[in-house]
Amino acid sequence: MASGKTHDYHILPPDLVPLATTLGAFTFTTGMVFMMHPETFGALGHIVPWAGLALLLAAMFTWFNKIVNEAHAGDHTPVVQLHQRYGMILFIASEVMFFVGWFWAFFDFSLFPSTISKAIGGQWPPKELEAVLDAFDLPLLNTMILLLSGTTVTWAHHSLIHGDRSGLKKGLWLTIVLGILFSSLQAFEYAHAPFAFGKNTYGSAFYMATGFHGFHVIVGTIFLAVCLARSYRGDFTPRQHFGFEAAAWYWHFVDVVWLFLFVCIYIWGNWGFAVD
Amino acid sequence: MATIADEFHAHSDGHVHDHHDHDHKPGFFARWFMSTNHKDIGTLYLIFAITAGIIGGAISGIMRAELAQPGIQYLGYFAQLLGTKDPSFDQQLHLWNVLITAHGLIMVFFMVMPAIIGGFGNWFVPIMIGAPDMAFPRMNNISFWLTVAGFCSLMCSAFVPGGTGQGAGIGWTAYAPLSTSGSQGPAVDFAIFSLHLAGAGSIMGAINFITTIFNMRAPGMTLHKMPLFVWSVLVTAFLLLLALPVLAAAITMLLTDRNFHTTFFDAAGGGDPVLYQHLFWFFGHPEVYIMILPGFGIISQIVSTFSRKPVFGYLGMAYAMVAIGVVGFVVWAHHMYTTGLSEDVKMYFTTATMVIAVPTGIKIFSWIATMWGGSIRFASPMVWAIGFIFLFTVGGVTGVELANGGLDDNLQDTYYVVGHFHYVLSLGAVTSLFAGFYYWFPKMSGRWHSELLSYLHFAVFFVGVNMIFFPMHFLGMQGMPRRYPDFTPAYAYWNHIATIGYMVMAVSIGIWIVNIIYAFTMGKKAEGNYWGEGATTLEWTLSSPPPFHQFETLPVIKDDGHH
Repeated sequence: MASGKTHDYHILPPDLVPLATTLGAFTFTTGMVFMMHPETFGALGHIVPWAGLALLLAAMFTWFNKIVNEAHAGDHTPVVQLHQRYGMILFIASEVMFFVGWFWAFFDFSLFPSTISKAIGGQWPPKELEAVLDAFDLPLLNTMILLLSGTTVTWAHHSLIHGDRSGLKKGLWLTIVLGILFSSLQAFEYAHAPFAFGKNTYGSAFYMATGFHGFHVIVGTIFLAVCLARSYRGDFTPRQHFGFEAAAWYWHFVDVVWLFLFVCIYIWGNWGFAVD
Repeated sequence: MATIADEFHAHSDGHVHDHHDHDHKPGFFARWFMSTNHKDIGTLYLIFAITAGIIGGAISGIMRAELAQPGIQYLGYFAQLLGTKDPSFDQQLHLWNVLITAHGLIMVFFMVMPAIIGGFGNWFVPIMIGAPDMAFPRMNNISFWLTVAGFCSLMCSAFVPGGTGQGAGIGWTAYAPLSTSGSQGPAVDFAIFSLHLAGAGSIMGAINFITTIFNMRAPGMTLHKMPLFVWSVLVTAFLLLLALPVLAAAITMLLTDRNFHTTFFDAAGGGDPVLYQHLFWFFGHPEVYIMILPGFGIISQIVSTFSRKPVFGYLGMAYAMVAIGVVGFVVWAHHMYTTGLSEDVKMYFTTATMVIAVPTGIKIFSWIATMWGGSIRFASPMVWAIGFIFLFTVGGVTGVELANGGLDDNLQDTYYVVGHFHYVLSLGAVTSLFAGFYYWFPKMSGRWHSELLSYLHFAVFFVGVNMIFFPMHFLGMQGMPRRYPDFTPAYAYWNHIATIGYMVMAVSIGIWIVNIIYAFTMGKKAEGNYWGEGATTLEWTLSSPPPFHQFETLPVIKDDGHH
C-alpha cells in the first residue's frame, strides 16, 4: 500500500489474479478451438476447454472475493463506491450494444426475408418452418415471471435499506427461484420448439439472441445467489451495499432485454404464423 | 493551469526525495506481472506495442518485397518457413491473404491501440487530471494481459490449417463467406478468439478510462479545464465501449456459422453476408477514430507546448472530438458503397461522412491558429507534430474524395483506398505516436533521447512513408486492386518506388531504436519540466520519471482560465 496518502482513492498492491484470469480465458478460448476441430487436435478438445473454464472461474471467484474483503476492510470510500457505480453502468451499456448486434441480425432477417433461399421463401417466419412458439403461451408466462422477479428484487432492496434483514433474504430467495424457474421454462421450450437450432436464419437469430439472454439470466441468478449468501453472512448495511445494487441493476437489464426479445421476436416476428 | 503547476511543483520538489524513500517498488515479477500501477502498465503496453509493431512491420516488409515486381517471388519461401512443405501455388497465394490479415490485425489491435490508449493513455491520463492512479488498477492489469493473450491467439492461428493453406487468410475485416465456409480449419477460429480476448480487454480499459476521467479529476479540474489529450481519450473510450460489443456479436456469429450450423451469413439458409459488413463497419468506422483521436490529443498538447500558447479554441477542439465521435457512429456504410446499397442510402452516407470533415477541419485550423503568433520552438516532438498535421491532412482530403458514393464505385478496393487509410493511420496515428514518444520519453524514462537522431528519424521516416504511400494513389487511379500479390507490368514502376520507400522507412525505425539505446546507455538525466515554458500540464510538475505513486496529496487547480 502507498505510504502517507491523503486521498480517498484505492491504491492496490500488486496482484497475480488478473494474469491468472487471463490465463484461464486464453486456455478456455484455445480449448474451444481444440473442441471445434477434433480433426486437427484430437481428444485435446475434451480436456483443455474445461481446464480453462475451471481456472477462469476460480480466478474470478478469487478476484470477486478480494473485492468483498476490501469492502470490509474499508477500502471502498464514497468515491471508490462511485467508481463502482460508473463501472457497472458502463459495463451494462456495453452489454446493451452486444445485444444490439443480435437484434440487428434479427431485424435484417425478418424485415428483409431472403427471396433466394428456398428455406425462407421471402417470408418471415420462413416458409420452411412448420410452426413457431406461441408468444402468449409459455413466453408470456416467462415475461410475467421475469417482471415479478423485478419486483421481488426491489422488495429485497427496500428491505435492506430499512434494515429488514429477513425481508432482504425472502426477496432474494424469491428472485432467485423465479430466475431459475425462468431458465427452466426456457430450457423446456428449447427442447420442445418446433424448429431447430441453426439451419436457417430463424433458428439462428432466435436461439442465439434468446440463448445469450438466457446466459445473462443465469449469470444474473448467480450474482443474486452470491448476494443471498452474503446477506446470510451478515454483509451489506443500509448505507453500503453496492454488491447488491449491482446485481439488481444487472437483473433489471436482463429483464429489459427480455421485454425487447418478447415483443420483437416472439410477438411481432411470429405474428400471424401457425403456432405449435 | 500554469500557476497551479508552479505551485504544486514547489511543493513536490521538496518531497521528491522523500517520495523515493517511501516508494516500495515491488520486486521484478510482482512489478511487471502483477502490476496495479498505471505507469508500469503503460510501460508494459508500450513495450508490447513496439514488439507487435515490429512483427507487423516485418510482415509488411515481406509484402513490399513480394510487390516490388510483377510475379510471385518470395511467398513460396515464406510458406515453407512457416512449415508448409512444398507449398502449392494456391497455398502460396493463401499466405498472401494470411500476411495482409496479420498485418492489419496486428497494426490495429496490437500496435496502435495498445500504444496510444494503453501506453500513453495509461501513463498520462491519471497524471494530467491530477489522480494518483486509474479508478480500477487491477482491471487495468487484466486489460493489458488480455491484449497479450489476444496476440498469442492470433500468432497460434499462423501455424494451424486455415483452408487453402496455413493461417487465417480472411483480411482484417474477416468478411463472410471467406471467413466462414471459405476457410475451413482452426486458424480462423484462433483469429476470432484473438479479437474476443483483445476486445474484452479494450472494453474493460474503456470502462476504466471513463470512470477515471469522470471521478478522479483533482479538485478544481473541471471537464472544461482538462488537457485535450484527456478529452481525446475520454471520447475514444466511449467509442470503444459502444462499438466493440457489436464486433463481438458479429464475430460470434462468424464462430457459430463456422462451427455450429447457424446461417447468419449463409445465403442458403436465408443469411446475409452484407449483414456481416454492416455489423463489422458499425464497429470498424468508430474504430478508425479510436485510433486517431488520441493522436489528435497528443498533437494538441505538443503544438500548444512548443508554441508556448494555450491551444487555440480549446472548447471547439474538445467538442470537435465529441462531434467526430458521435457522427462517427452513423457513417459506417461508406465502407460498403459497392455492396448494392440503394442510391438514397449512398447519398445519405456520402453526406454524413462529409460532415465529419467539418469538426476535423476545426482541429486542423485550430492547430495552425495555435502556432500563429506563437513563440515556436522546433524541438523534435514539434517537428513530428507539424509532420502529422500535413500528412493527416493529405489522408483527410483523400477521405473526403472516397466519401463520395459515386467516385468510390471506381476506387473501392483499389490502392487508392490503401493509400488513403495509410495516410491517416501509418502517417497519421503512427506519426502522432512518435511525436508523443519524443514528447514524453524523457518523462517516462528519466533519460534524454538524442534530439539529433530524433530529427533524423523524422526526416528519413517522412521521406520513406511518403514514398511508400503516395504512389499508391496513382496505382489506385490506374485501377490496381488491393489484396493481390501479383499485378500486370503496367503497375510495376510505382510499386517498385513504394518498395524502395519501405526500405527508407525501415532505416528510420533503425534510427529510432538506436535512439532508444542511446537514451538508456548515454542519455543525460531529464529534469521534471524539461520542455520549460509552454509545458503546463500536470505531468511537468513531477520528477522524471515520476514517483512510483504520484499525487499522494492531490494537487489543487486554480481557476485561472488556462488550459
